[in-house]
Amino acid sequence: MSTIAIRAENLSKLYQIVGAQPKYHTARDRIVNGLSSLFQRNGRGGARRETFWALQDVSFEVKHGEVLGVIGRNGAGKSTLLKILSRITEPTTGRANIHGRVGSLLEVGTGFHPELTGRENIYLNGAILGMKKAEIQRKFDEIVAFSEVGKFIDTPVKHYSSGMYVRLAFAVAAHLEPEILIIDEVLAVGDVSFQNKCLGKMEDVASEGRTVLFVSHNMGAIANLCTSAMWLDNGRVVARGDVADTVGEYVKSAAGASPSETRRWKRHHGTSGGRFVDARLLDPNGNAHTTFEMGETIVVEFDVEFSRSFRSVDMSVNIKRADTGVAVLHLLNQDCGFVFEHISEGKHRFSVEIPKCLLYPGTYKISLWLVAAPRMGLDHVPDVLTFTMVDSGCSKRTIPFLPHVGVFHSPSIWREI
Amino acid sequence: MRLGDRRISTSSIEGPPLIVTIQPTTGWVSLRLRDFWEYRELLYFLVWRDVKVRYKQTALGAAWAIIQPVFTMVVFAVFFGRLARMPSDGVPYPIFAYAALVPWTFFAHALTQATNSLVGSASLLKKVYFPRLVVPLASVLSGIVDFLLAFAVLILLMVWYGVGFSPRLFWVPLFFLLAVTTALAVALWLSALNVEYRDVRHSVPFLTQFWLFATPVAYPSSLLSEPWRTIYGLNPMVGVVEGFRWALLNTESAPGPMLAVSSLASLTLLVGGAYYFRRLERTFADRV
Repeated sequence: MSTIAIRAENLSKLYQIVGAQPKYHTARDRIVNGLSSLFQRNGRGGARRETFWALQDVSFEVKHGEVLGVIGRNGAGKSTLLKILSRITEPTTGRANIHGRVGSLLEVGTGFHPELTGRENIYLNGAILGMKKAEIQRKFDEIVAFSEVGKFIDTPVKHYSSGMYVRLAFAVAAHLEPEILIIDEVLAVGDVSFQNKCLGKMEDVASEGRTVLFVSHNMGAIANLCTSAMWLDNGRVVARGDVADTVGEYVKSAAGASPSETRRWKRHHGTSGGRFVDARLLDPNGNAHTTFEMGETIVVEFDVEFSRSFRSVDMSVNIKRADTGVAVLHLLNQDCGFVFEHISEGKHRFSVEIPKCLLYPGTYKISLWLVAAPRMGLDHVPDVLTFTMVDSGCSKRTIPFLPHVGVFHSPSIWREI
Repeated sequence: MRLGDRRISTSSIEGPPLIVTIQPTTGWVSLRLRDFWEYRELLYFLVWRDVKVRYKQTALGAAWAIIQPVFTMVVFAVFFGRLARMPSDGVPYPIFAYAALVPWTFFAHALTQATNSLVGSASLLKKVYFPRLVVPLASVLSGIVDFLLAFAVLILLMVWYGVGFSPRLFWVPLFFLLAVTTALAVALWLSALNVEYRDVRHSVPFLTQFWLFATPVAYPSSLLSEPWRTIYGLNPMVGVVEGFRWALLNTESAPGPMLAVSSLASLTLLVGGAYYFRRLERTFADRV
């Protein structure tokens, strides 16, 4: 078997936007349009039809066992790409070769029928997703257990709560076992605990050596699950490669403004007298970074401008997970005994080094606080910096770091006594 | 390697490695019947779903399958049989009409259901790949259960009117197959067209009504003389209806050459429809 699972060459997709016309046209419209464009060459009849390239010259390769994250803004062409690779729609030009059976999951619960019971829908939905009857039968109990619908399995799904419905739908999808799995943003379902369960299931899939194409806006999930990433923008590939670099570049560009554009900061002013004017993330060599591998040293650097002198101030760097909002670190200048006294008016630069940071993979946000003693808030800028942690192989574990069971890694020594 | 040792799961890998090439297609393309065969289980489940769901939350349930042909028969028997004194090839008019209404009702229903089938499955077309032929075919096939119920009533009527059973009965499946083929053939054209032009949906009730009178349901085709009778067979439902009467009611007029013409017309429509459907299939997901 070849080592390449997917090879796409110059895939392009042209869509026609039919301007002011109704969404679906009737034969009469077609005839009237045809006639009017006959009589007015290059007239309005022709000009109304606009086209746009949803994908343009997209070429890439995916190896067997690779878990590729596809990232990009809304409308970048991610979903179109998945639709083409799932054979739902044809490319306008270009070609792709796929080695292996493809299962695609662009939506959960496709084909669910409200009048049918949970049990019946499992079979129907499974068949729609390409599972064989025998396969569904084999996994049936597992699917029911995963969905947590329990005794309602023989109730028509129209009586389900939306949470139950979605859980059942995801449970079927999660038990799809093709060689190549194509997944659109489907993890955003259910409550937080079920989402974590889904994420855990996805991680199992990813660690089983299956080829996965995964579209998501959740950089944490991408960083967690994927071994490589591809960034699409306006239908073109902007970057393709290592997950850390690609996500880093994307996050940097998606933030739009560079972090130093302080006008965009959402400020919570306290007493005037001092404020943050700039902040950045660096590696120990002083290079700007937004993506760090676990175990790397992170440096937070920021500038504070004082409009008067202070006897002493305290500062803190707060870090929280971007996806769940869980606060994970609260670092104070006092932690290392650093006191900051007799501050003169003007601009001061500070740096905070977090040595060998072992935060779990995911995206994090940093907020900065400035307090003049005692308890006089000077400035607070929330979510001023964003960075992404990626797995670096700092641990010999064979399963990924699961965000629902931990936030910070620590080396541990195991032995039998 | 990031995730340590990787286990390759082979549980769902069946058969030789599969290579799929995705590229734009133009013009007339192959029917890909093999692919279609791969998805036979999906066809089964879609038929099963349609059958299960059809009479959910109705008071009369499956009785609806019988009500329509029986009531139409009553109306025909009163107006054409009694008042207009329509000839009926020597059998009592009610059973003469009902023997034709059973395959006809199947056909008319299949046509209506299947024409809307693609548009009705828009969410499937946009989110999952499978040979789209499965959708109208499932719609047509799901009508078989209704047909069998109405057919059972036909058997009861035959007993009631004392119509003797003959070995010709064994030809019925063949005539029914012709009805299925014809329904599918027309459905392929109409369902594909309906994706682009929703006018089709509105024209179907009119079309079936017109077709009903163009088919010898209320009257015998023996009203026509040869060669017109054979040419009449160009409407495949003529062959079906006369076939049913010949096999069940032992009418004199053997379908003969008329049946050959009907079968040929039906097959031509089917093959043409299948290619036309495949041709439009590639744009379904974008247009539906």
